[in-house]
Amino acid sequence: MTIDVKMAWRNIWRNPRRSILTISAIAFSSLLLVFMLSFQFGSYETMINTSVKIHIGHLQVQADEYLDKKTIGLVVPNPAAVAAVLETIPQVEAYTFRGQTFSLVSSKQRTCGAVVTGIDPRREAQVSRLKKLVRQGRFLSEKDRAQALIGKLLARNLRLGLGDELTVLGQARDGSIAATVVTIKGIYSSSIDEFDRSAIQIPLKTFQTVYAMNDAVHEVVIIAKSLSDVAGIKRSIESKLLALENQKPLRTLDWQELMPGLRQGIEMDLISGMIFYFLLILVVAFSILNTFLMAIFERTKEFGVMMAIGTTPGRLTKVLLIESMTLTVIGIISGILLGSMMTLYFQSRGIDFSGASDLLSQFGISGRMYPKLTMLSAISGPMAVWAITFLAALYPALKVRRMRPVDAMRAV
Amino acid sequence: MYLQLAWRNIWRNTRRTTVILVAVIIGIWSMILLGALMRGIAAGMIKNGISTLTGHLQIHHIGYRDDPAIETSMANPQMIENALTLVLPIESMWATRVRVNAVASNARHSSGVTLVGIDPLSEARVSFIGKAISKGRYLEQSDPNGILVGAALLDKFETKLGRKLVLMSQNTSGEIASRAFHIVGIFNAEMQATEKQFVFVTRPASQQMLNLGHGISEISVILPEKTDISAIISALKDALPQDQYEVHSWRELLPFQTAYLRILDGFIWIWYLVVFVAMGFGIVNTTLMAVFERMREFGLLKALGMNPWWILRAVLTESFLLLFSGMIIGNILAFLSIYLLSGIGIDLSAMAAGAEYAGMSRIIYPAIEFKDIMMANSIVMLLGLLVSAYPATKAARFMPVKALAHT
Repeated sequence: MTIDVKMAWRNIWRNPRRSILTISAIAFSSLLLVFMLSFQFGSYETMINTSVKIHIGHLQVQADEYLDKKTIGLVVPNPAAVAAVLETIPQVEAYTFRGQTFSLVSSKQRTCGAVVTGIDPRREAQVSRLKKLVRQGRFLSEKDRAQALIGKLLARNLRLGLGDELTVLGQARDGSIAATVVTIKGIYSSSIDEFDRSAIQIPLKTFQTVYAMNDAVHEVVIIAKSLSDVAGIKRSIESKLLALENQKPLRTLDWQELMPGLRQGIEMDLISGMIFYFLLILVVAFSILNTFLMAIFERTKEFGVMMAIGTTPGRLTKVLLIESMTLTVIGIISGILLGSMMTLYFQSRGIDFSGASDLLSQFGISGRMYPKLTMLSAISGPMAVWAITFLAALYPALKVRRMRPVDAMRAV
Repeated sequence: MYLQLAWRNIWRNTRRTTVILVAVIIGIWSMILLGALMRGIAAGMIKNGISTLTGHLQIHHIGYRDDPAIETSMANPQMIENALTLVLPIESMWATRVRVNAVASNARHSSGVTLVGIDPLSEARVSFIGKAISKGRYLEQSDPNGILVGAALLDKFETKLGRKLVLMSQNTSGEIASRAFHIVGIFNAEMQATEKQFVFVTRPASQQMLNLGHGISEISVILPEKTDISAIISALKDALPQDQYEVHSWRELLPFQTAYLRILDGFIWIWYLVVFVAMGFGIVNTTLMAVFERMREFGLLKALGMNPWWILRAVLTESFLLLFSGMIIGNILAFLSIYLLSGIGIDLSAMAAGAEYAGMSRIIYPAIEFKDIMMANSIVMLLGLLVSAYPATKAARFMPVKALAHT
């Protein structure tokens, strides 16, 4: 330990009460930031995962413009070729094919419009949570032809129960009328109202026959092994698809492009979070600036003496900065530790938000929210605290350089 | 006199007082401003929800909300309207509507929509549609084939003004009724979802198409400001036959927004406390400092016979003045920023999809709520005095002899 560090350390403990209060202020803000950031990240992950798992997938391969227009004619003509590409990418966890179009669905008593989706029962179960969301009846099996799954709210609107018949009437890919009758095999509830109100699922084979799709599909839905693999998978699919000669270009879209609302919603939440945190840190910085200022003004005389016996102003600045940074670092480290402990506790237990479950279920979050401690959430907030306190400490530490020994020694 | 003394005491060290004052000012300013912005988001959501066909309250046939279909329409609206004239305050406005699910289609596309049959004049006073036409014209009283379509739906259908749009829905006898309309106007709404969901035709046109006679699906009411909605609702419930009609307030009709409002209060509270704690450390430290460097002075005062309570009071008065000045400046700054923002608002158009995902309107205007301002100020003042009590008791308990000996 050099003499400078030793001096700084002793200076800190000349007034333990003051130092402890300062450290607590820093620790408090660090703790809060660790917890809040973990909480935000945790809820984003839940939101992304729910949307991804219910329906959208991490990535989709679609015909160009299909995302905006959803026209039945915009198809992926040869899904087997895409599948061959996907089989070569190790980060792909699972994939499935879907056909999708808007049609009229009617029960004996009611008629309404719905999105009819053709799914591959075996593959769909690996990709989406649909199978687990079936609350009544059972999920489609590979042998099923004229069976369908239906959302709970749509079933209610159509006054349909398990085993009832449903007529589907729409327009096929070639412009002819597409019509079929299916039996309800399962009713699901995802608690995202819009999804439960607007869709039925039938086997992909049936879909392709009824809508004259031949072998074509509309979406190839891909689940990555982890969220961080998405960008890499996207690149490799794109490069390999390019090699596949297709009459019409295919597009590879990741979840952010598939759900621009979710991405922007997350960005907005992050930005507003930043504003809150910045203001909070600013208040903390001003709260502790006084401690740092005081540390020099009550010692003006002492500095005068030190300068008179030959201490350079640079060295004084250094000692002062070591002093304030030691305070900050102790505060930050204890903040990170306490914050991480608190986060881990709630990470295992969850935080009860059942009072707001109406609100949260629309974002795919159930009544409990789980913060998620990551390196980023544990470090970034406290680093911001450190940066701003450093700026606050800089002012007094530089001020000391302008002291003149004679005047300083006369100070009371 | 002792106010003056305290005021001079806090300015004995200008720099220190300024620093802590700035902390208090930023604290108060951010509490009030961010509180107002959060309220503004909520107010925008609710205003948007109310004007998107909800109104302050709605009357339906029993069961319509669970099952918005043609069977649950109200066959005799005249009787309800008579009751409304009796019960509602004079300046209230209402609109009667037919509202059913339908399928819209043209040569290339088809999609599920909500068909709304409106009375153009009264609807314009109740919901957003009267002011939302961006191209073409609004519906006229007798406009048997005109339809208003949202801009987003128009894009999706690759069609334009003057083209045909066919609507299909189930009529009262359970058959599919279809009718072709001409697009006479295009409307813009706060949310793309609204533009995609609703199409508007005149009420007689929809009644004819659906075989409804005079029947309607809902009545939406806008009440004059500051009306006690729950009182009106219970009066309406008494005036209408309970076994046929239901009355709901916007709180029940907009569960999403209501839930947001409910967690907002808690959230604002937490934010206030967090900011306060951050500045509380500074207040304690600064006051402690101010007390300890005047140890001799307090010792002398005590030696001269001053009551410890007076010393306590003197220190607390200093804190009070400090907090009070900070509060005044902080409030003024906050109101100024709110005033500046209330003209232009915060434009989220660049993130419109995100705003829509979160259910927020595209432009946020801050909204001041009296109770938030009271709460922010009283938290700072009361808790501020509470934490200053610690240095103040320290000062009151200095022993004269020891304190005088202190250098």
